[in-house]
Amino acid sequence: MSGHSPLYFKNRLYYVLLAAGGLVALAGMFAVYLMEHHGHVITGMNNQVVWGLPHVFAIFLIVAASGVLNVASIGSVFGKSIYKARAPMASLLSIAMLAGGLAVLMLDLGRPDRLIVAATNINFTSVFAWNVVLYTGMFSLIVIYLWTMMERRMNGWNKTAGLAVFAWRFILTTGTGLIFAFLPARQAYGSAILPPMFIVLSFAWGLAVFHLVQAVTYAWNERQHDPAIMERTKHLLGIFVIGSLYLVTVYHLTNLYFAQQVGFVRFILIEGGIYPALFWLGYIVLGNLLPLGLIYWPERKTNCVAASVLVIAGAFALLYVFIIGGQAYPLDIFPGFTASSSFGDGQIASYSPSIYELLLGLGGLAIAFLLTTVGVRIFNFMPQD
Amino acid sequence: MNINDLRRRNFLKTSVGAAAVAIAPGFLLFDIAHGKAQAVSGKVRWGMLINTEQCQEGCNDCVTACNKENGLSGGTSATDSQWIRKVEIKDVSSGRKVSLPMMCQHCEHPPCVDVCPTNASFKRADGIVLVDRHRCIGCRYCMMACPYKARSFVHEPLTDQNPDVPRGKGTVESCTLCVHRIDKGQQPACVESCTNKAILFGDLNNPDSEIAKKIRTVASVQVRASLGLNTGVRYQGL
Repeated sequence: MSGHSPLYFKNRLYYVLLAAGGLVALAGMFAVYLMEHHGHVITGMNNQVVWGLPHVFAIFLIVAASGVLNVASIGSVFGKSIYKARAPMASLLSIAMLAGGLAVLMLDLGRPDRLIVAATNINFTSVFAWNVVLYTGMFSLIVIYLWTMMERRMNGWNKTAGLAVFAWRFILTTGTGLIFAFLPARQAYGSAILPPMFIVLSFAWGLAVFHLVQAVTYAWNERQHDPAIMERTKHLLGIFVIGSLYLVTVYHLTNLYFAQQVGFVRFILIEGGIYPALFWLGYIVLGNLLPLGLIYWPERKTNCVAASVLVIAGAFALLYVFIIGGQAYPLDIFPGFTASSSFGDGQIASYSPSIYELLLGLGGLAIAFLLTTVGVRIFNFMPQD
Repeated sequence: MNINDLRRRNFLKTSVGAAAVAIAPGFLLFDIAHGKAQAVSGKVRWGMLINTEQCQEGCNDCVTACNKENGLSGGTSATDSQWIRKVEIKDVSSGRKVSLPMMCQHCEHPPCVDVCPTNASFKRADGIVLVDRHRCIGCRYCMMACPYKARSFVHEPLTDQNPDVPRGKGTVESCTLCVHRIDKGQQPACVESCTNKAILFGDLNNPDSEIAKKIRTVASVQVRASLGLNTGVRYQGL
């Protein structure tokens, strides 16, 4: 064994990683097969909580996929060279996460076999249908953008492509926010602040994912990250985290001010059991206070990767509270009345995610992981500082 | 008659035969499904007026009739379909109790139709809001958008369906206003089954219809009227 070079072990490890990612993706596919065979009855989702854990994973991946491109935009649009060097890796990550997120969203459908129906019958008043166009457009634009970076003859078009990607991803994340903002019937949603909130959240989540992947690739290639660059991008993460915390606060504050919404805010922030716990401990403490401490504590050795991991954990907590908590709170169909029925009127809906939903969500992460790993290995995506 | 003519004649015969074989089952199925050749009229708008004062607490006749008519299991677990449900409400300040049936309100501006990515949710010319089970991809966005929580998702494989009311695992469904009965000139099952005569069904657009006259003379409301959806189902005594 000792006769093998370190590269040999590294090559081995690469294939082990691929196999591990592949296994998780396969487990996700198996969960999909079971969900399609038995129906959604084997999941925790029901007629009250219609979107569950798969949507938490899918929306995280899609929102982060948009935000990670910030790194590219700062490079291409605003001409900052340290970010420009990272644009190819950011683009790869974006494609990978978009693919993973969309796979989860698609495979959670009641009839994923009708993909062709979704592609050929587009209702233009549906923000879901807009998103189908936005996602496919995003894929194509990023591929073109990558082409302008990697093909010397196309370099001249790089700024234009970068600008197009920059504009497109704003619209894309607006579209993701609008999925919820266009639901006036539900207390938790139907707010114009949601699209900007999702955009700023995407900046923080995307940059956190980028930091994580960058650190792993640097370690893999046995290269040292320039501490000055690390310091700058770390502070940028801090600003994004503060920005998103601000918008999340304003979202809850406006709800708190409307008398008709107070019940919902009490539920989601104080009385709702798992939801307030996840919000305060998961999102506020783990996802904001701790990473901000890691970023801004004076005289502290940079710990950008730990801060990024915490931001990602906070993202999942927030999305769980927002998506599932938002549905668990009953619709106020008869304001001023208490209601009860066999269909959950006036009742807090219960939801406990099943292993199949978790596997499907992890399968999406695995797809993103596989695409990134293969991409980094095959193409030269290492930042050249 | 040369050989070419014979070939052409045989070819034409075979073609006509094949076309007939291809089309015939369609005609047959159309007949089985009691399809009507003429299009639905946009001059009609079907609706209901529910008199909550006549609706009895504890009475579930409309729900039972709906389940039987549409082949629903009648189960009330969180994953079972419920197209119509009895809701008991109580005024928080006065304590006044009201019992009423709640189902798809057949809005003029249905949010479910707006949000449906594939046009599977649609509104018929006569105001009935339906789901095309062949187009529904099961994304459940309509369930998120419906202000009345009127829709259910089919969570399990189905057996023993009513041929008049096709359903499908993995798709969303809701009250069809018993469209298959309306098209035969009958009333919805819930209306017919209501022993207290609490549900009045008819054409809201016809000024001489009983429902239109009643709505002109008694106070009725639309549930969540502030959303501006102009529902086809109205409530009296709420």
